[in-house]
Amino acid sequence: MLWKTADYAGWGRALVARGEIARPERQSTLAALLAEGLAPAIGMRRSYGDAALNGGGRVIDMTRLDRFRGFDPETGILDVEAGARIGDIAAAFAPRGWLPAVMPGTGLATVGGCIGQDVHGKNHHNVGSFCQHVVSLTLRSARGVVEVTPDRTADLFRATAGGLGQTGVILSARLRLLPRRGDVMVVTERRVEGWDEFLALLDASQATYTVGWIDATARGAALGRGILEEGETGSGLLPKRGQARRVPFDAPRFALAGPVVRAFNTAYYRRVPETGRTVVKPIADFFFPLDKIHDWNRLYGKRGFHQFQCVVPVAEAPALRAMLEEIAGSGLASPLAVLKRMGPGRAGHLSFPMEGYTLAVDFPNRSEARELIRGLESETLSARGRLYFAKDSLARGTDVAAMYPELAAWRKLVARADPEGALATDLVRRLSLRSAT
Amino acid sequence: MNRTWIILGATSAMARAFARKVSQEGAGVLLAGRDMEDLATLAADCRLRGARMAEALAFDARAPEGFAAIIARAEAEEGEINAAVFVGSMPEQGATDADPALVDGVIADSHTGPARFLHMLAPLIEARGTGTVVGVASVAGDRGRIGNYVYGSAKAGFATYLSGLRNRLTRAGGHVVTVKPGFVDTAMTWGLPGLFLVAAPGHVADDILAAVAKRRNVIYTPFFWRYIMLIIRHIPEALFKKMKI
Repeated sequence: MLWKTADYAGWGRALVARGEIARPERQSTLAALLAEGLAPAIGMRRSYGDAALNGGGRVIDMTRLDRFRGFDPETGILDVEAGARIGDIAAAFAPRGWLPAVMPGTGLATVGGCIGQDVHGKNHHNVGSFCQHVVSLTLRSARGVVEVTPDRTADLFRATAGGLGQTGVILSARLRLLPRRGDVMVVTERRVEGWDEFLALLDASQATYTVGWIDATARGAALGRGILEEGETGSGLLPKRGQARRVPFDAPRFALAGPVVRAFNTAYYRRVPETGRTVVKPIADFFFPLDKIHDWNRLYGKRGFHQFQCVVPVAEAPALRAMLEEIAGSGLASPLAVLKRMGPGRAGHLSFPMEGYTLAVDFPNRSEARELIRGLESETLSARGRLYFAKDSLARGTDVAAMYPELAAWRKLVARADPEGALATDLVRRLSLRSAT
Repeated sequence: MNRTWIILGATSAMARAFARKVSQEGAGVLLAGRDMEDLATLAADCRLRGARMAEALAFDARAPEGFAAIIARAEAEEGEINAAVFVGSMPEQGATDADPALVDGVIADSHTGPARFLHMLAPLIEARGTGTVVGVASVAGDRGRIGNYVYGSAKAGFATYLSGLRNRLTRAGGHVVTVKPGFVDTAMTWGLPGLFLVAAPGHVADDILAAVAKRRNVIYTPFFWRYIMLIIRHIPEALFKKMKI
């Protein structure tokens, strides 16, 4: 049987779709499926909202097309099928001295997904976004199979990078890997006592990889306290990676109630000594800390959760502080909150990054939280900031159009690549990305 | 020790997972199947994951004239020669009922083809005094059920063949592992109704490798299928013939 009908969701589990799914295991099967008509390609569904959903329609699950096709040790260029996971590439190539140039916060994201969202990593301030390291990609568009590169087919590349899969099904890509110094990560962790100090430290960080965990429940003088992590690849004795654990059931509602989160965050903050510390971690532990807990999204219970992530320009840092104040005051935040400095690097018309600060916070899927997030979205817009399609499930199309000035240019290119709109997803329809509202 | 695995039916999801794991251990892999383009991609993948060598070879269970070339290629490698057989086909029982000629193909793919191949390979394992054969049978072979008894009977025949081959190769220092998977999450089971406790292909591959290392004789994977099938095998025929499971 090629197609099966099923309910499926994004990582946040708040939005669900019902539709037909095919999961080809060979390129010839995929080609035959696409000959019947284009359908959106999906991967591991690590986008939180509806980027990988097509309710009432068809999707093609690419996760079984995950093979390494070739590697050139002279240039570090890896040719790989679109369903391959970033963590698999890291695990296979780190021992040989290479890492994907950009790795998102989960190693379970596929190459196709990383391209479709033009994802960023903890080194965005140094190396830019994922698609800036894509040498070329093979795309099955309405016009057949085409080779897309940043130079020779610049327009199509800019529409595909961060293009939410709307230009075609990405079959494979050639990625430039970066050489790394050793098998482990040397990570310096230090406590940061408040907001101003956090921004100053992020601005001054010279590290290759920098990320801040923020206690989104701390208020008053402690507002914006957290832990700054700076990482470098290095050599050293490799500590043993603990066994992966699984969340076996949907957690009850009180699991992430306000007092529980506050207590957890305080303990997490104090875990790092006042004077800071330097620790050696396996590569996967630093880049993909949550992958050790399979299905951790179940901690939010059956109703799922939302992640709010925005980026605002450097000059708008006070607006971001005001948002954090609101979040801390609401008592709705979960332990997972991240603050990062971004560089200007982006590769596509709809790429998320801009030079500035990005804040990401998880909230359980409750009406108060949805209201709070809607307010934060409006504030993001007034602060000339942007929301992230990989995370969003609540935004309005008009807001998003104002945040992405290149949307009109993208629309034109997408209309050419997929004139029938066969690749539209729930996210694209919800935000009217392909047609003016 | 220099190890080589001949993998028959290498395009299947279980075989792919197995090929990758032995590649990571540095073995050489001879990937045999019908879709040469797919096998070439898999060969590249295996080399990049650490295989000493990886080659795509043409194999069709219904065309035994091609078997000798694969065995000759394996013989050219020094050291231990092993084989893992993942071939088999399972058309819907309804399709077979409408066209009884399909029975021959199912039995050739799942039993007689692989048996003839292994019979040609056995002298090589005996001559080298080492080597393991992994034969993938099925829980469907433990009892004939209305839903897929043609496939089940072919796998039962293959399991009996493997038992005899184990008896033979053990004397020469070789070994045979019979693998009986339950429901595995592959293209063959995608969208089939009524499946439960479906295992990932990587999980099955891990179980097979553990069984090879421990020289187990017959394994069920995941392990609990041993108990499910124990119960099913013990239902009296008078009762079983009226059941639809």
